[in-house]
Amino acid sequence: MNVFDALRIALRAIAANRLRSVLTTLGMIIGVGSVIVLIAVGQGTQKGVQDQIRGLGTNLLFVRPGAAQDAQSGARGAAGSAATLTQTDAEAIAASGIPEVRGVAPQVTFNAQAIANGNNIGVTLIGTTPAYPEVRSAALAEGAFVTDLDVERRALTAVLGAEIARALFPDGGAVEQTVRLAVGGGRTGFNFRVVGVMAPRSGSGGGEQDNYVFVPLPTMQSRIGFQRSAAGVVLVNQINVQTADGADQQRAALAISDLLLVRHAAVAPDFTVQSQDDLIGAAGEVSRTLSILLGSIAGISLVVGGIGVMNIMLVSVTERIREIGIRRAVGARRRDIVVQFVTEALTLTMGGGLLGIAAGVGIAIGINGHEISGQLMTTVVQPWSVAAAFAVSVVIGMLSGSYPAYRASRLDPITALRNE
Amino acid sequence: MIELQAVSRHYRAGGEVIRALDAVDLSIAAGEFVAIMGQSGSGKSTLMNILGCLDHPTGGRYLLEGHDVGKLSDDARARLRSRAFGFVFQSYNLIPRMSALEQVELPLVYQGARDRSRRAAAALQTVGLGARMRHRPTQLSGGQQQRVAIARSLVVEPRVLLADEPTGALDTRTGEEVMEVLRTLVRTRGITVIIVTHEPEIAAFTDRAIRMRDGRIVADERVA
Repeated sequence: MNVFDALRIALRAIAANRLRSVLTTLGMIIGVGSVIVLIAVGQGTQKGVQDQIRGLGTNLLFVRPGAAQDAQSGARGAAGSAATLTQTDAEAIAASGIPEVRGVAPQVTFNAQAIANGNNIGVTLIGTTPAYPEVRSAALAEGAFVTDLDVERRALTAVLGAEIARALFPDGGAVEQTVRLAVGGGRTGFNFRVVGVMAPRSGSGGGEQDNYVFVPLPTMQSRIGFQRSAAGVVLVNQINVQTADGADQQRAALAISDLLLVRHAAVAPDFTVQSQDDLIGAAGEVSRTLSILLGSIAGISLVVGGIGVMNIMLVSVTERIREIGIRRAVGARRRDIVVQFVTEALTLTMGGGLLGIAAGVGIAIGINGHEISGQLMTTVVQPWSVAAAFAVSVVIGMLSGSYPAYRASRLDPITALRNE
Repeated sequence: MIELQAVSRHYRAGGEVIRALDAVDLSIAAGEFVAIMGQSGSGKSTLMNILGCLDHPTGGRYLLEGHDVGKLSDDARARLRSRAFGFVFQSYNLIPRMSALEQVELPLVYQGARDRSRRAAAALQTVGLGARMRHRPTQLSGGQQQRVAIARSLVVEPRVLLADEPTGALDTRTGEEVMEVLRTLVRTRGITVIIVTHEPEIAAFTDRAIRMRDGRIVADERVA
């Protein structure tokens, strides 16, 4: 008996039990397919988060106020809840002469409504300085960014994010138009003159930043939100620091930290300095856990599919013990019997595996960039997951075919023939 | 050609030893047409299964053409079944989903023989089924199915054909037709044919009748 005989016999047996074969194969398709899809989703999420952090700019350090700590109870609030960073801190970092620092842009953030042309949309309002576009590697599509003159005069000028400009002025021509920016449910609101529109941020991390509206920091302070320290200094939410290309970010972070400790006359830092790499590392932890979780779920479904094939093969062999007896009586060796059933099981599992790969890769590519219940899906098909899923299906085929066939082939031909 | 020396086959069933064959001595020459007769439980089927290497004896020696079969490996016994013996069973033992032609090709597949379909077709012609080669077992009558089984046993040109109650499931007329086919094989091809039966009418077609009772041979008569 050669390979073609074995394959022919296997295909006939598979065709003879069509429904059973389809169900068995389906188990493998779902198992293999879900491994590929879920691992692709996990990896895609990881990549999406990294892109988002990288999309913030390049060579960035973020200085944020530390967690507020209640002196009496010692209960700590969330990071950023303390009001410790001031605009003068930002100016001090810029003027410190720390060699790694190339640019500094403080910012204050508010949620606001932008109203124009009868459109009313929620925006993230950012008060900042003219250094912002360079520090955050943000480009303008039209007009100009907030200028030093705007800052000096506390001018009512605004720069719209790409998405906001598109939503408020679908026909274009946003520059020189008037936009009403309102906070506190509309109780406080001013008309701003649009002086520029930002270019869309590319990459999956762009979406959020395209919804920003920028105004001069002093304008924000005097018109929208009044945040001052006890000493009457303007407080900020975040200080963006750009370091020079190739500069040692850890050293820069330490230098900034030292500077602020002295300025705040504090023993323990009441602020945090984080690099993009720190953020990517922290987010990577989370998304790696997610990947492992998804992979395990998929692995379970593959194992369940595999057990299904084993079960079917066990039943199929038991049912055909008489056929095995006939084959043995007309001269089949034990090996021929084992080869026949292993071929049959392999054909089912490898066929299911290949279809599962096609389905899995197809679905993973299909949902990439689409929204599923409001969530933007990013998938990255991992070649190793395809190889591993296929290898597992082959191993399942070998195991589930060989064991029952081996057992059946040990029977004396006459015992097998008498089996009803 | 076939020589059994004190061959026994004991089964253990519920702590009791069943002596299906009890120290049987027997010799059969090439080209004989033999009937093994006896009631159910007499051990005649067990004898045939041991002759055909489908079952193994628990005692004694089985010499086939001077070689001790008991010393052969399982693979060697499979090769022997495939080349020296042909089997015909009472219940035909055809594989349901295969056509007549494929059933007859099966022994050739395991031999790794060439020219399978021509040889299988020729064997089906011999038993008069040349027109029904594409039929499946369910599309054939009992007599036709048994003739497919005979063709399957003939296709490897065996030296010995073993038939266990070949007419047991057939009516008298088709049974006699099957026996005619077997007799022709003995006369024209010199094949040794051994059949197991409990019907004297069927045994009457053969040249030698061996009677069994309780695992022993009680009579061995040659019909003139």
